[in-house]
Amino acid sequence: MKHTLSVIVEDRPGALTRITTMFARRGFNIESLAVGPTERAGVSCITLRVDCTQHSLEQIEKQIHKLVNVLRVTELVGGEAVERELLLVRVTAAPERRAELVTTAEALGGRLLDVGPDSVVLELTGTPEEVDAFHELCRPYGVVDLVRTGRIGVPRASAKRKAPRRLAAIN
Amino acid sequence: MKITGGDAILRSLEAEGVDVMFGIPGGAIMPTYDAMARGTTVRHVLARHEQGAGHMAQGYARASGRVGVAIATSGPGATNLVTPIADAWMDSTPLVCITGQVRSTLIGTDAFQECDITGITMPIVKHSWLVQDAREIGEVLAAAFHVARTGRCGPVLVDVPRDLQEALVDFSYPQQVDLPGWRPPAKVHPLQIREAARAIAHARKPVLYVGGGTLNGNACEELRTLAEAGSLPVITTLMGKSAFPENHELHFGWPGMHGAKWSNLAMNTCDVLVAIGSRFDDRVTGKLSAFAPGATVVHLDVDPAEISKLREADIPVVGPLAMAVAALGEEVARHRAEGVAAPTAWLDQIRAWREEFPLRYGTGGEWLKPQRVVETLQALTADEDVIVTTGVGQHQMWAMQYVQSIRPRSFITSGGLGTMGYGIPAAIGAKAARPEATVVCVDGDGCFQMTAQELTTAVLDDLPIVVVLVNNGYLGMVTQWQDMFFDGRRSHVHLTTQVPDYAKLAEAYGGVGMVVESEAELEPALSEALTLGRTVVVDCRVDPAEHCFPMIPAGAAALDMIEYSEAVEEAKAS
Repeated sequence: MKHTLSVIVEDRPGALTRITTMFARRGFNIESLAVGPTERAGVSCITLRVDCTQHSLEQIEKQIHKLVNVLRVTELVGGEAVERELLLVRVTAAPERRAELVTTAEALGGRLLDVGPDSVVLELTGTPEEVDAFHELCRPYGVVDLVRTGRIGVPRASAKRKAPRRLAAIN
Repeated sequence: MKITGGDAILRSLEAEGVDVMFGIPGGAIMPTYDAMARGTTVRHVLARHEQGAGHMAQGYARASGRVGVAIATSGPGATNLVTPIADAWMDSTPLVCITGQVRSTLIGTDAFQECDITGITMPIVKHSWLVQDAREIGEVLAAAFHVARTGRCGPVLVDVPRDLQEALVDFSYPQQVDLPGWRPPAKVHPLQIREAARAIAHARKPVLYVGGGTLNGNACEELRTLAEAGSLPVITTLMGKSAFPENHELHFGWPGMHGAKWSNLAMNTCDVLVAIGSRFDDRVTGKLSAFAPGATVVHLDVDPAEISKLREADIPVVGPLAMAVAALGEEVARHRAEGVAAPTAWLDQIRAWREEFPLRYGTGGEWLKPQRVVETLQALTADEDVIVTTGVGQHQMWAMQYVQSIRPRSFITSGGLGTMGYGIPAAIGAKAARPEATVVCVDGDGCFQMTAQELTTAVLDDLPIVVVLVNNGYLGMVTQWQDMFFDGRRSHVHLTTQVPDYAKLAEAYGGVGMVVESEAELEPALSEALTLGRTVVVDCRVDPAEHCFPMIPAGAAALDMIEYSEAVEEAKAS
């Protein structure tokens, strides 16, 4: 089963490496990874997408939590968190098909960023599922380059949200 | 007043109360060694190989309960520390390794003796620091010691570029460390203790499965109180050996691959298994799915990541073990006072198994038996303040079976990593920690040759140790596996008993060498070696055909153990 982990770390040399080394050493696979600053200076957020059993997930959480630079580990549970991903794609688009492509892309919330003689660059921010769908949409036109950031997320602000699931034993 | 970075390292060690460090100088650590020449209260023991320095620091840490310190230069000096660091990681030994690094302007340029030691060691340290500014030295070392000894103990590494050791800085050692991400468990949940105590007190067939965490957590007194309060049988792992007096009526041996049959029977048929600072290692459990089937597992550990890592814990108790075990002892005592009966029938059952399935070995034939060597050593040191260290292999297992450890921290061995060559340097480190104790290294001939050069250190630094060499001329454990699981095809395991001449080698290193070839020579030689107060190697030429039993083959269920049998012995002899 797939899980999203939000790991808050001190922004120190090697903090990310220590986490990825732990994954490699214990045989866990990272599906996507996004790193960036947070609201606090000197503190970064690493969002990890992993495909593993519940038992492995608990091991991962506990092992990450032991790392000295890690401040907090939270699982972002579907429905209780807002998750987004950014996609940039360069698509082959001869002038006669360009209008159709751009109109469809914009209908799905995509934006046109750049236009060249035989290709265009599009952007989409959305849930990972929306990003998947957008990718599928572009595919028949001919995808030249495609990059995705990997998902990032925060717990929902709306009510009825349970506290972010953390292991009682470690936090 | 400004001091150099090298002086700052030494002032930090002094502020930590470090009394001895183990190391070897080299280019990138020279400014710190120069600071040593100017003066420090920290004794420096000069090893002959950085691996030796690392294992000495480990032996020191295990014997004393304090953080061990090893110091080395960059590049090969640092990489030679990798084995001790990995060993300390597996066995949770608190260790601070200080390495020199090339000048900060040269980092990343493939400079002479440059290597990325923080990168290399990342999977095997609790944390590491590449110091970026000489003003941080005190802060980093304070954090390093704090991380090494708090929570689950383990190794840390501090890499200091040479120019930072030379830089002039205002030095102050911080009173407390600022590590917002390092918060090891500091208390125990009372509800978990109550639940655990109820399960343990009401168990008909409880077993305390005690690991090295009990020693690291200084919970030995508390363990004894718990065991006695509840009349609970105690089984200690290889790493837990000496956490509970082995002459105590509630001690029932050691589990696992070469553990006693009665211990494995008890562990695997118990109804409540209380893991205390132990981690369900494959050498203990054998086939995990067949291990202690049906038992309710109570797991006490300071490291939450050990809980349910391999065996699901029914009742987890996370926290410092001294605190957890003490609380458990009180609760269990209360249950007993309220009339919950002690498991006397169960204790009788384990005693009966011990009578029925004692440790056995053949005594016929001309050869001196390795087990007899360890038994004789035990008999000669029974009432002494003795610390035993070992290498890794058959002799280590025989030491586990036949040395009776009474005092905490009196048995020091490489359990998790299984590092051959650990014994001699660990013994030297233990001697530095406890000069009043007699330190004996039970070693194999294979192990001996991996770190024998440290005998020089034992002699010249006045840290005398007695090496009891169980010399069968083979890489014994590998030979045993080849004999048992590879149809007897012996592949590159024959070392010979004569080359090198171990007694002459001991003399060459400035120690005393003795050769024992028969049982008659054994006791006189060992007793002389133990009383000389010098570094001695007693080369005991033992039966090369001897296998270590009982044995649970790797991956087999614990109760499918192979026992010593006379029939097998006779077949081998013919």
